[in-house]
Amino acid sequence: MKNSLLHKDGVRAAFAAIVSILIGLAAGSVLVLIMGLTNDTLGLSGALDGMRLIFGGLFATGRNASGGLTFGFNPASMGNMLFRATPLILTGLSVAVAYKTGLFNIGAPGQYLMGTAATLVIALGIPTSVVPAPLLWLLAFVGGVLAGALWGCLPGLLKAFLNINEVLACIMTNWISANLVTWIFDKSQFCNMVENTKTGYIYKTTYGLTRAADGAGVFTDAAGASWTYVDGAGVATGKLGLDKLFPGSQVNGGILIAIVIAVAVYILMTKTTLGYQLKACGANRHAARYAGISDRRNIVLSMAIAGALAGAAASLYYLSGNTEFYWTSAYQSLPAAGFNGIPVALLAANHPIAVIFTGMFMSMLNIVGLQMKNLTAYNEYIADVIVAVIVYLSAFSLVIKLFLGRLPAHKAGAGHVSSGGETPPAQPEKGGEET
Amino acid sequence: MEQEHIIEMLHITKEFPGIIANDDVTLRLRKGEIHALLGENGAGKSTLMSVLFGLYQPEKGEIRKNGQPVSIKNPNDATALGIGMVHQHFKLIEVFTVLDNIVLGAETTKLGFLQKREARKKVEALSERYGLKVDLDAKVEDITVGMQQRVEILKMLYRDNEILIFDEPTAVLTPQEIDELMATMKEFAREGKSILFISHKLNEIMEVSDRVTVLRKGRHVSTVDTKDVDKQTLSGMMVGRPVQLEIQKEPAKPGEVILELSHFTVPSRDRRHRDSVRDVNLQIRAGEIVCIAGIDGNGQTEFVYGLTGLERSTGRITLCGKDVSNAGIRARGADMSHIPEDRHKHGLVLDFTLEQNMVLQRFRGAPFQKAGFIDNRAVRGYAEKLIGQFDVRSGQGPVTVARSMSGGNQQKAIIARELDRDKALVVAVQPTRGLDVGAIEYIHSQLVQERDAGKAILLVSLELDEVMSLSDRILVMYEGEIVGELDPKQTTVQELGLYMAGAKRGTERGETA
Repeated sequence: MKNSLLHKDGVRAAFAAIVSILIGLAAGSVLVLIMGLTNDTLGLSGALDGMRLIFGGLFATGRNASGGLTFGFNPASMGNMLFRATPLILTGLSVAVAYKTGLFNIGAPGQYLMGTAATLVIALGIPTSVVPAPLLWLLAFVGGVLAGALWGCLPGLLKAFLNINEVLACIMTNWISANLVTWIFDKSQFCNMVENTKTGYIYKTTYGLTRAADGAGVFTDAAGASWTYVDGAGVATGKLGLDKLFPGSQVNGGILIAIVIAVAVYILMTKTTLGYQLKACGANRHAARYAGISDRRNIVLSMAIAGALAGAAASLYYLSGNTEFYWTSAYQSLPAAGFNGIPVALLAANHPIAVIFTGMFMSMLNIVGLQMKNLTAYNEYIADVIVAVIVYLSAFSLVIKLFLGRLPAHKAGAGHVSSGGETPPAQPEKGGEET
Repeated sequence: MEQEHIIEMLHITKEFPGIIANDDVTLRLRKGEIHALLGENGAGKSTLMSVLFGLYQPEKGEIRKNGQPVSIKNPNDATALGIGMVHQHFKLIEVFTVLDNIVLGAETTKLGFLQKREARKKVEALSERYGLKVDLDAKVEDITVGMQQRVEILKMLYRDNEILIFDEPTAVLTPQEIDELMATMKEFAREGKSILFISHKLNEIMEVSDRVTVLRKGRHVSTVDTKDVDKQTLSGMMVGRPVQLEIQKEPAKPGEVILELSHFTVPSRDRRHRDSVRDVNLQIRAGEIVCIAGIDGNGQTEFVYGLTGLERSTGRITLCGKDVSNAGIRARGADMSHIPEDRHKHGLVLDFTLEQNMVLQRFRGAPFQKAGFIDNRAVRGYAEKLIGQFDVRSGQGPVTVARSMSGGNQQKAIIARELDRDKALVVAVQPTRGLDVGAIEYIHSQLVQERDAGKAILLVSLELDEVMSLSDRILVMYEGEIVGELDPKQTTVQELGLYMAGAKRGTERGETA
């Protein structure tokens, strides 16, 4: 597979992604400019600051004495970018794996929610006095992964055995999970009662179940013992020294786990017999069946892997120990982290390694939004607009890729051949066929 | 006598990445003639016609109509010049009715509303005049392939095209439908329409065409009057070497029974219909080629699906002494290889590379799999071996994407893969469909070689020539039943035809086992 042509194809995909990103950033800049010029408090100088932040927000360090923006290495921004990239990389992988096997996993939000629920129930439901913290962390992580996998299986089973379109089934399971999770947490012991201003919040996983004096706890178990939640008695992903590298940020070892998983997914898809089967089923279900590969098994498996990755995204996000799950008993919305996996995967052309970088890029835009809010009179939603433009363009990046493929073909003529990749190559299909 | 040329394609050169599909090709079409375009797979026939139809732009050369240079940038330009084309793979919208498909793109409207009544009248008149029977209100997905082709022809006539291109029109038709098509084409020519007929079936070219242009590897070889040449000469021109049109084989020496079917039945997928294959009993022995003959749609496809495990069947299947009636596809594959009818649907994963396709069944076993990982070096080596051995041609060797290969080479790749699996039973379904003489010769000789090596070969074919020349025994399938067993040495094509049409039943030599 490692021929120079495929390599070229990869370069083109990367180039197409960069073009979409630049157009998205440029569109955001134009918007910032218009808003600045039409707003008295911002003006032209405010707009120029905003535009500089769009491109360099990750490296913004504040303002100097004369009020000008300063740029440089900002460890807090960098660390937070990595922290927020963790779930995006994993949901991006979730979408990418399914896409490589011919399935569109729009069910990542549901799988993410189920992973969230399982992780929190395990982490908050078992006291560290019973199960040691490292083991409990692992248990909660694996629980989240399995819950996601299980939730991914459902549309897979429906597709494999009843030929129900996975997109429809995923949308259904998304909302089922939203309501299921609400039901699980509603009036549960996991609601944060200590900080009673925070209605609708679940404890962070750093809170651990601890014995309390009789009658003084938040709930009483079947044996009559009283329990309460104490901060610091729970579990959290280890920092692995990253907090020293990026002081003042929320970063933890989760990002390293996500990168390892991305590499593992890459190896699974390109080097193993399992990956071969999954891709064969995705590319041509009939031919796979003809060759004795069980198409049903592989469809279910592919969705299960996709679900597991989305579940892992949720697990790592909430096990960080500095994130709280928020829900309202009236209405549960679907988590954006699930949906954002789609543009992450699209921008990466579904390449597992590229997903690491596109995931980081998307989280960088988040940081840009925060810096705009902190350092200028803009609010952080401008970043969402940029993300939206890039999401549109990420679908468009396939078109850009085809366009890029045509450009050199005209000039160089024979010698340039597009090949490989999961999109139909730009060369004419009928080229050498049955003439 | 120099006749006027309605279309001239002069010095056309068309390049694709890595391949020159047409290299300085000149083709002159006279008014009112049937001009055949002959060549092997990948010789550049379809490309040349696509250039004429405006689907591709040539790098060099010019096209003239009635002596005037014209520019054909897209199919609309071609239609405006009166050029129509029936593609090899029909371009119809399956969920539209026949009438809607015919008028699509050339609708008569009044104030933006469709005027279907006028269209219907015109189509009905055309259909009447040329005997092209179609059901105008049927959806395309519900009609036979033969009728779909008539729809395509009516599309051209509806647009008043006078230059008609037929791209391998007979590949999908039954013998009877082929005869009808030939008659229709001759009728068109009599009326002064000019026809370009792409084919590599020599019989048809000899029967219907006035002149033949032969292409080989993208180059123009020669243009001759059909009456001046014979099949042997044409095939020689096409392939570039003398071709053995007759199959050379020794009498079969049948050995032990490899496959035995008893009361083998394949239920219809649609419960309302009767079983697709009913109560088939047969035996196939090592060292013989048994052919299932029949008109398309008489249960042959379902028979193979049931046998290979792609569809459920009842009754008993004994393969190499083992009962595999309830075994899965993979278990049956232990003793059976399968050259499938539809190479794009079943035979290949088109988006995979050639080398990946070569190990479609074997990737799990040694030496291709090690601890769950695929040994790419072993796969590459194996693919290169098969490519060399079976002369599979492609742009980039093992890493060529299967989709970009020519049909003949795709088929060769499948045959290489299946024969090299070295199984006791070879199920070959229409192994030479759509292939040129050279490739057919090669595939036939491979099958005979396999037979002589002691393999049992089950051939399913619609081509009577192939059935008669290749098989050692013929079983005729009609409406899902085996209605006769014939010895190709003692029977005639006419008699075979009677069995195939269901007019005659019974066996020459008593019941099969």
